[in-house]
Amino acid sequence: MSGAEAVVAKLVAKFPSLTGRVNAQRATRVWVEVDRQAFAGVFHFLVKDLEFSNLCMITGLDEGADLGFIYHLARNGGLMANVKTRCPKGESMQTITPTFPGGGIYERELTDLFGARIAGLPEGRRYPLPDNWPKGEHPLLKDWKPREKGAQDA
Amino acid sequence: MPDKERIVRVPIGPQHPALKEPESFMVDLQGEKISAVTLRLGYNHRGIEKGCEERTYVQDVYLVERVCGICSQSHSTAFVQAVEEIAGLELPRRAAYIRTLIAELERVHSHLLWLGVAGHEIGFDTLLMYTWRDRELVMDLLAELTGNRVHYGLNTVGGVRRDISPEQIPSILKVVDALEERTKYYIELAMTEETLAQRLSGIGKLSKEDAVLLGAVGPTARASGVDRDTRRDDPYAAYGELQFQVVTDDRCDVFGRTVVRLGELMQTYSMIRQLVKQMPDGPITVKAPLRIPAGEAVSRYEAPRGEDVHYVKANGTDKPERVKIRAPTLANTQSVAKMLEDGYLADLPIVVAAIDPCFSCTDRMIAVKTPEDARTMGWEELVQYGVRWYRERSVDVSKIKMRGDSAA
Repeated sequence: MSGAEAVVAKLVAKFPSLTGRVNAQRATRVWVEVDRQAFAGVFHFLVKDLEFSNLCMITGLDEGADLGFIYHLARNGGLMANVKTRCPKGESMQTITPTFPGGGIYERELTDLFGARIAGLPEGRRYPLPDNWPKGEHPLLKDWKPREKGAQDA
Repeated sequence: MPDKERIVRVPIGPQHPALKEPESFMVDLQGEKISAVTLRLGYNHRGIEKGCEERTYVQDVYLVERVCGICSQSHSTAFVQAVEEIAGLELPRRAAYIRTLIAELERVHSHLLWLGVAGHEIGFDTLLMYTWRDRELVMDLLAELTGNRVHYGLNTVGGVRRDISPEQIPSILKVVDALEERTKYYIELAMTEETLAQRLSGIGKLSKEDAVLLGAVGPTARASGVDRDTRRDDPYAAYGELQFQVVTDDRCDVFGRTVVRLGELMQTYSMIRQLVKQMPDGPITVKAPLRIPAGEAVSRYEAPRGEDVHYVKANGTDKPERVKIRAPTLANTQSVAKMLEDGYLADLPIVVAAIDPCFSCTDRMIAVKTPEDARTMGWEELVQYGVRWYRERSVDVSKIKMRGDSAA
């Protein structure tokens, strides 16, 4: 059994609701899809019990009514676990900064580029858009287009 | 008498006095000691991720290559690897070897560049002159092999666009031999030259625990004793077939980061020789479809500065649904604030430089310019523009002779 298959087996044993929603794409890649309500439990199990102590990045996705989030975790030995969850636009995801203090920058990026709401994210300067960027414009949303030059700020 | 309790807040940047790229540090000082640092990044945000969604996979290879001028092979390889995984393409072995060869030559160029910058930041400009002179050897070699000093345009989905000819092998080995000698000299210098060791030791401290907690990557993490290297841990391209050591150090300071990078250079020379010796014959590309089937993949790549991560989601068309890039500097900036705390303001430039920051990579991602802004200037016009610009500011440079200056 590869490392990835072992992680899949442990996840399903601990969280039976994940059956069919976890897969080993290859020997070093595990993908997990989890509902927002169960996200914190699965995330902490991976980080604390299965030793995925490295947060590589968080990918945001515009999925229509929802925002998708993929938390890319890695552990020593090269295995990577990608945890996918989604959250309706306008609702909040809980911050992961208590576990990964360095992860705040990835959450700020989601806030700027997707308009994601992250509950509990410590105060700090925005990233990566300029300070005078128009409010409510999030460039990585699918319906966002660059404005014509000279258009007035909203 | 200065009040020791008083905190003075000093803004440094975004036009940074030490680095060539913009970023802003809000530094709280108690006397000369730094008590807290707040970073503001994003000045190089160019909208590359959004741009990728509007372009085809083939165009994106060249766009992501421009995320960074130094790690261009890193970003394009990380991107094509993800696309190849989604499309189920098997990379020809010769192509894997060529990709790896250019990747390691890129590491030589990046690490030598860093060593020069580090020398410059501590007032040791002779080191800058020496390393950057040596670096020209690898730049010329990259130009000979790929046609360009940076932005090699080598990768394509399914392989590489240029083969390595048998006539080019001697020039590769000649450069590696010469640079290995030079690197041995730099290692001896680092280990025996007291001023260098004293200036770099004990500054920019980052403990192993903090490096793990803050997600440091690459030589920054390895110099804090974190034994991680994607080339060994999650091998890609030809790394699975190479013998090499992952260089780590327990000094946890800027000197340790120097030692790690110098050690990595020696490993890289050995890897380049293995690649040249073992390079298999065969095709350098497999035919890749223009439309990539729906799917997703994450690709990891050990860039000179640390792990570069690309996520690609395909939707069955010729354009990706989403491309996400995490360049190593973004991961390492989280550690910088920690490294600067309790240090002296005078150490800030070298401590920041020691992560080998690349803010262009970090911010990568908005097209602000509209087509009417676009224009082309000839040399003559550019010279006249420059003269006018300065004259408007009461500086007359029109008497200086310049190439192409008709006033000569």
